[in-house]
Amino acid sequence: MSGGAFLLRLVLPIALGAALVFAATLGLDPYSLTILQFVGINVILAVSLNVTNGFTGLFSLGHPAFMTIGGYVAAILAMPTARKTAMLRDLPPLLAGQEWPFPLALAAGGLVAALAAAVVGIPVLRLRGHYLAVATLGLIFIVQSLAVNLPGITRGALGLSGLPPLTNPWWVYLVLVLTLLVCWRVKHASLGRTMLAIRENELAAACLGVKVARTRVLAFALGAFFAGVAGGLWAHLVTLISPSSFSILLGFQLIVMVVLGGTGSIVGTAIAAVVLTLATEWLRPLEEAAGFFGASQIIVAVGVILVLIFRPSGLFGTAEPRPFAALAARRRRRAVPPDPVP
Amino acid sequence: MTGAYLLSQIVNGLVLGAMYALIAIGFSMIYGIVRLINFAHGDIFAIGAFAALGSIALAGLPFPIAVLAVLTAGALVGLLVERAAFRPMRGAPQVTGFIASLAVAIIIENLAVMTITAQPRTFAVPAWLGTLVPLGGISVRVVDLAIVGLALVLMAALVAFVRFTRTGMAMRATAENYAVARLMGIDIDRMIALAFAIGSALAAVAGLMWGAKYGQISPLMGTVPGLKAFVAAVIGGVGSISGAVLGGFVLGLAEVLFVGLLPSEFSAFRNAFVFAALILVLLVMPNGLLGKSAETRA
Repeated sequence: MSGGAFLLRLVLPIALGAALVFAATLGLDPYSLTILQFVGINVILAVSLNVTNGFTGLFSLGHPAFMTIGGYVAAILAMPTARKTAMLRDLPPLLAGQEWPFPLALAAGGLVAALAAAVVGIPVLRLRGHYLAVATLGLIFIVQSLAVNLPGITRGALGLSGLPPLTNPWWVYLVLVLTLLVCWRVKHASLGRTMLAIRENELAAACLGVKVARTRVLAFALGAFFAGVAGGLWAHLVTLISPSSFSILLGFQLIVMVVLGGTGSIVGTAIAAVVLTLATEWLRPLEEAAGFFGASQIIVAVGVILVLIFRPSGLFGTAEPRPFAALAARRRRRAVPPDPVP
Repeated sequence: MTGAYLLSQIVNGLVLGAMYALIAIGFSMIYGIVRLINFAHGDIFAIGAFAALGSIALAGLPFPIAVLAVLTAGALVGLLVERAAFRPMRGAPQVTGFIASLAVAIIIENLAVMTITAQPRTFAVPAWLGTLVPLGGISVRVVDLAIVGLALVLMAALVAFVRFTRTGMAMRATAENYAVARLMGIDIDRMIALAFAIGSALAAVAGLMWGAKYGQISPLMGTVPGLKAFVAAVIGGVGSISGAVLGGFVLGLAEVLFVGLLPSEFSAFRNAFVFAALILVLLVMPNGLLGKSAETRA
C-alpha cells in the first residue's frame, strides 16, 4: 500500500472518527454520551459475532457467556486493592494484590474469554449447525451458574458493584477501531477466505487443504476475545457486573443485528447494531408512556421474522455496501502481481 | 442414606422425567420432520400452564376436562406458530428456522408479560391431588402418580397413533424421506402442522403438570425446562419419539439424583450439570441412545 493510499484509507477515517468522538464529548450531555458508548459496544459485539457466525458459519449464541467471563476478569483485575479487601475478602491472595491499568485488564478479560472459547471450542466445534447453537446456549447457563456459585471470586448472585467508572468514549472508540480493523483484515485476507470456504462447503474446503478444525476454533476464539473485551467495557460503563448482566436475550439481540445486517457483512452488521441500539433506546420512553413494556422487543422480533422470510440473506447480504467494497477490491487487485507473459 | 430416601428421590426423578419426556417428544417430532429446533417450544409449555390455571381457577372446569382444554389450547398455539412463522420460510437453511423460533419465543414471552405481568402466580390444585398414598414403604402424593400415569397414557396413545393409523404411517414416511413422501401423495403441509399440533399439545400438558407439582407458574417459566427437554431429546436421539421418552426419564432421574445424592454445595450446579451432560453426550454419541446416524437421515 502506498503512503498516500494508506493515509486516505486508514488514517483519515480513524482521525475523522476521533474528531467526532471529541465533538461528542464536548457537545453531548452525559446521558446521550452513555447511549453512544452502548452503541459502540454493541457494534463491537455484533461485528465480532459476525466473524464466528457470519464468516465461518458457526451458529454460536455464546457471546453473553464470553462477555461475562471477560467482564469479571477485567473487573477483578482493575478493581482498586482497597476496595477488593472490603468487598472480596476471600479472594485468593494472588488476585487480591493486583491493580492493573484499565487497558491491560480489558485485554486480560479478552484473552481469558478467548482461552475459554478455545477450551470449550475444541470439543464443541465438532458439532454442526443448531447443535452448536444449543451447546453455546448451555455455555451461558454454565458460566452463569459458575458466577453465582463461586462467591469467593465473584461475590455470587450479588455481583460486583461500585466498579470504578473507567469506560469512557475514547476507550470504546479505540476498541471499536481495533475490532473493525481486525475483522476487516481477517475477512479480506487468506484467513477470511478460509473461513468463507468452510462456511460454503466444509468438505470441499478440507479437500483443498484447509485446516477446518483449527480455523473454526480460531474464529470462535477471535469472536470470544472481542466479546470479553466488550464485557469489560460494559462492566465499567454501568459500574456493575452480576451473573445475570448478560443474558440469552442479549445473545438474541446480537444475532438479530448480524442477521439484519447480513451474515458476513461487517458494514451491514455495524449499521444494524447502531440502528437497533438507538431504536430500542428511543422506543423505551414510548413504551413507558403507553404502558406496554416489551412492545419494542416484539416489534424487533416480528421484524426479524419478516426479514428472514423476505430477505433471508439480510439487508446487505454477504457483501460490503458498494463504497466500502470498492475499497477492498482495489487494494486486492493491486496486491496480486500481473501474470508474467510467457 | 436410607432406602426410603433413595426411593422417594427416584419417584421425584420419574415425575420430572415424565414432564421432560412430554416436552422432548415435541422437539423430536418437529425436528424429525422439518429439521427445526423449535426454541419457542418451552414457551408453549408455559402457555399450557396458564391455560390450565385459566380453565381450573377461572372457568372452574373439573380437572379431567381441564386436561382436554389444555391439550386443545396447546395444539392451537402450535398450529398458529407453525402457520405464521415457520411455513413461510420452509426450505431455508436450518439456522434460519432456529433464529425465527428465537424470535417467536421473544414474542410469546413479551406478549405474556404485557398481558398477565411477569409475576409468578399460585397454581392451586384440587385437594385430592395433594393427598398422600403409601407406595412400597414411602408415601407419594397423588399428583405425582397422576403425572406419571397421564404421561404414560399420552405417550402410549401417541405411539399407537403413529404406528397403527394411516395418518401415523404418513407422518413416519414424511420423517423418513420428505421428497419421496410427497411423491406418494402425502400432504406434507398437513403432516408438519400435525407434528406441531401434537408436540405443542403435549408440551402444554407438561405445563399443567409442572404447575400442579410445584404450585407456582410464571410467563417465563418455560425457558429452562424447554432447554432441558431439548437436552433430553438429544440424549435419546433427536427425531425418535421413543428416544425422547427415554431421554426425558434418563435426564429427570439423573438431575434429581445429582441434586439428591451429592453434597448440598453441588446442588446449585444442577443447570450446569444438565448442559455439561448435553455437551458430553453430543461428543460421545452424537446420535443419542436411539437416534439414527446423521448420514442415513441427511
